[in-house]
Amino acid sequence: MSENQHHVVPLWLYATIGITLLVMTGVTYFVATLDLGPFNTIVALAIASFKATLVVLIFMHVKYTSEKMTKAAIIAAIFFLGLLLTLSLADFGTRAWL
Amino acid sequence: MSDSHAAVHSPDHHPELRHHFMTMEQQQNTASLGMWLFLVTEVMFFGGMFCAYLVYRLKYFNDFAAASQSIAVGWGAFNTAVLLVSSWTMAMAVRCAQLGKQKLLIVFLLFTMLFGSAFLGVKAKEYHDKFVEHHVPGADFSFTEKLLGHPDYVVNQYHAQMFFSIYFAMTGMHALHMVIGLGLMAYLVVATARGKFSTAYYTPVENIGLYWHFVDVVWIYLFPLLYLISRK
Repeated sequence: MSENQHHVVPLWLYATIGITLLVMTGVTYFVATLDLGPFNTIVALAIASFKATLVVLIFMHVKYTSEKMTKAAIIAAIFFLGLLLTLSLADFGTRAWL
Repeated sequence: MSDSHAAVHSPDHHPELRHHFMTMEQQQNTASLGMWLFLVTEVMFFGGMFCAYLVYRLKYFNDFAAASQSIAVGWGAFNTAVLLVSSWTMAMAVRCAQLGKQKLLIVFLLFTMLFGSAFLGVKAKEYHDKFVEHHVPGADFSFTEKLLGHPDYVVNQYHAQMFFSIYFAMTGMHALHMVIGLGLMAYLVVATARGKFSTAYYTPVENIGLYWHFVDVVWIYLFPLLYLISRK
């Protein structure tokens, strides 16, 4: 049964990631109650992206995968999602300028 | 078992190894990549709704803020924590599968299902509250709450309705994914109990784990965007 070479993530790392995710949820909630002007949204999205990155890299094992195509697929997803959002905003966000 | 099958692999190969793969390792990597490609389509699927949210939020910001403030943020934060814990138990389940701890694998799968069900239960309570408050888009829609700090601002009914349309579409589609995930996990529990998995073959556990974590990631973004637009 030694044919499987997959990386087993140590328990302490899973525990650390789990606690970090819960703490960051509390931080998101706390920051939302502060008045940071337009930075409220930016901070909230930055924290969400930090949490999502932890989940993808550690819980979803992307940090340890030997399959490069997986990483290419993820980068493609982020790229095309960014394309969808930025081009839509460039359209709808500037219509009032005319 | 056909002769051609036997010719490809040694006679004592793993029963789950398909003839067009060289090793179990290669087979699992291929299945994992396929799962990731599916998740990419899911990113684009939810991405369309995030895009609609973004456009209307910029257009109707004050009405979106007032509507967001009417959602019970405590339950949303609680649910976020519940879902993150379920993601952790799912990661632990996959780890048990990797190490061949089948009994512990079942325990962690059941815990994941428990937390997933708790999330859906809280979601049902939140939906119920919105029905009672007439905040569900439709003929009975009526939004009378004020924007925090702006008592004179008259919230536009149509714009508030747009927020709740997007709220129910996104959280509803997210909840549907969770219901499907719970069904998949019920299958995993039965398959594990029947001894289908080993340290050499646990691809379904790994891939359903990826699916569950993806659903978690979607919620990580939904929580601040829907619940926390303007809470100060």
